[in-house]
Amino acid sequence: MSAIIHEHDDHHHGPAAGITRWLFTTNHKDIGTLYLWLSLIMFFVGGVMALLVRTELFQPGLQFMSPDFFNQMTTNHGLIMIFGAVMPAFVGLANWMVPMMIGAPDMALPRLNNLSFWILPFAFMMMISTLFMEAGGPNFGWTFYAPLSTTYAPDTVTFFVFAVHMMGASSIMGAINIIVTILNMRAPGMTLMRMPLFIWTWLITAYLLLAVMPVLAGAVTMVLFDVHFGTSFFNAGGGGDPVMFQHIFWFFGHPEVYILILPAFGIISQIIPTFARKPLFGYQSMVYAVASIAILSFIVWAHHMFTVGMPIAGQLFFMYTTMLIAVPTGVKVFNWIATMWRGSMTFETPMLFSIAFVVLFTIGGFSGLMLAITPADFQYHDTYFVVAHFHYVLVPGAVFAIIAGVYYWLPKWCGHMYDETLGKLHFWLSFIGVNITFFPQHFSGLAGMPRRIPDYALQFADFNMLSSIGSYIFGFSQLLFLFIVVKAIRGGIAAGERTWDGAHGLEWTLPSPPPYHSFTHPPRVTEAEAHS
Amino acid sequence: MQSHGKTVLKLAAVAVGMFGFAFALVPIYDLICEVTGLGGRTGDKVEISAGDLPVDTSRLVTVRFVTNTNEGMPWSFHSDARSMRVHPGETRQTDFIIENMSDRGITGQAIPSLVPILATDYFHKTECFCFTSQFLAAGESMRIPLLFTVDPDLPAHVQSLTLSYAYFEVPATT
Repeated sequence: MSAIIHEHDDHHHGPAAGITRWLFTTNHKDIGTLYLWLSLIMFFVGGVMALLVRTELFQPGLQFMSPDFFNQMTTNHGLIMIFGAVMPAFVGLANWMVPMMIGAPDMALPRLNNLSFWILPFAFMMMISTLFMEAGGPNFGWTFYAPLSTTYAPDTVTFFVFAVHMMGASSIMGAINIIVTILNMRAPGMTLMRMPLFIWTWLITAYLLLAVMPVLAGAVTMVLFDVHFGTSFFNAGGGGDPVMFQHIFWFFGHPEVYILILPAFGIISQIIPTFARKPLFGYQSMVYAVASIAILSFIVWAHHMFTVGMPIAGQLFFMYTTMLIAVPTGVKVFNWIATMWRGSMTFETPMLFSIAFVVLFTIGGFSGLMLAITPADFQYHDTYFVVAHFHYVLVPGAVFAIIAGVYYWLPKWCGHMYDETLGKLHFWLSFIGVNITFFPQHFSGLAGMPRRIPDYALQFADFNMLSSIGSYIFGFSQLLFLFIVVKAIRGGIAAGERTWDGAHGLEWTLPSPPPYHSFTHPPRVTEAEAHS
Repeated sequence: MQSHGKTVLKLAAVAVGMFGFAFALVPIYDLICEVTGLGGRTGDKVEISAGDLPVDTSRLVTVRFVTNTNEGMPWSFHSDARSMRVHPGETRQTDFIIENMSDRGITGQAIPSLVPILATDYFHKTECFCFTSQFLAAGESMRIPLLFTVDPDLPAHVQSLTLSYAYFEVPATT
């Protein structure tokens, strides 16, 4: 009897040994780690695809691959970076940080948490395996417009459909878990308006996920039915409409792009106050801005499809609502700058990435405003200008924020400081690489270079070569990131409880690394602590 | 601490509801297209007898016809007239000819589309081959009629309409 009790105690004080620790774990820190590693692996897989694309585009003409394989690379690069790299990275950060930031012992639904992680590797294995099949992988663009994904789809489209179903199920379960944790498990005194911004942005993101991932599941289900069961959702011959696909897809797709950026806003809102050594400027307006962006995201979807034909009233509606989003976004950018204003700033790696985020994300936001102008969009639509726009908001936007978050919290997770010199080197290589890659694409796009083509007219050659060189700098410098992370995990200077002297919040009251089970007795939060 | 079960149940209901909403978007989209003429939808059969609408002899509207077959549809499809000049209010007829060029029987369905979109409410079809599908045996051809009326309320600045038909193969149902 006593032996059983002893074993029971062990289970509660440390992780299980060997591989079962990871397979059966219900611990939020372990699951967070799993998510982050999966995300990093997928980031490299998607990155290799991007480099193959850039290599083919290094010069005009077809050099290395067939147009069909090129299409498979662009499609899978998009799908893997969105669903495999950025989203799991945010969920991983949420798993690690949400309980520690609100003073909860763990996530609310630990077993569901395990399930929502472990279906993901299988979803991606299933999707990537199609690249090695005779019919080839998905080649219809990450947006899988019908009839490309129905009438003209490769036979492997079914694998793609079920992979997306699994990713969707994982995201929905993750979102439910995060909402329940934040709503029900906050420490005493942690009122909603005392929550750190990262928690707020994730709460709102989780609601977005809950609302639109099922719509994506519906869209792929309709594709499945059209392909296999003779329905005509998107087939005009049977009374359907391919344009309807675009409406359903972008009803999911536009909130999805905010799912990819709102948690990044949260991370940046944690880091900038730390290194400016000032409380976040305009906390309440930050919360309301995020909520407004989330609500607006549901009524702007058709700005992705101005050119399909739409009544003038519709074009005006979607143009003005889209431009309206610039207002809350502007509030956020203003608040970040105001936080830094007259602060005692230092420029450690997380802060460098955060400042680059503010500058470069704003550039991406401005090109978004240009695209929102309906008459101008007819020229920009489906050109490299669009590619430049969404890469500016996603790479130096979402990806830089994730990297900044990892540098910021890594010492907390593993108890060791990362190598600051190498971190700064990583930042500068990434910053220069990203701009050389994506800035010229604005110009080739404005000059008329279309997206998703393996070959292009001669006049775009210089911009493309520059872009490819930048992509190699950016791509290979991420190996340095892997090295820095592994080095910090293996050892280094002890990080201490409060790693950064300007850091505030419950996670910094725990030792580094935190015990396997933290906050088993909830802390008490006061107004002064919450907004210092 | 509240009970997690209740919160989970509510959130799961939202997810299930949104999955249903994705499918509800199909009829909603149809409805919006009917109301706004989005996609150039011209509406169903309209009953108009001679003399129902006043004929506006003071103006002429050009109606152009465009005929297409979907990729891989082995039919030839032509209109007798490339365009017609009509007075708003009068009912006119034109014939189209379809021929099955393949060696198998095929059922085809014509899908209409009209531009400019704001004119869709003012174009009435009293008889159209697009209301039903047509079956052609191998090598068979058929003349198919269209009876239409342009509404006299058509805004004055619209001087020409283009009516496009695309023939799609209807998949054989077993």
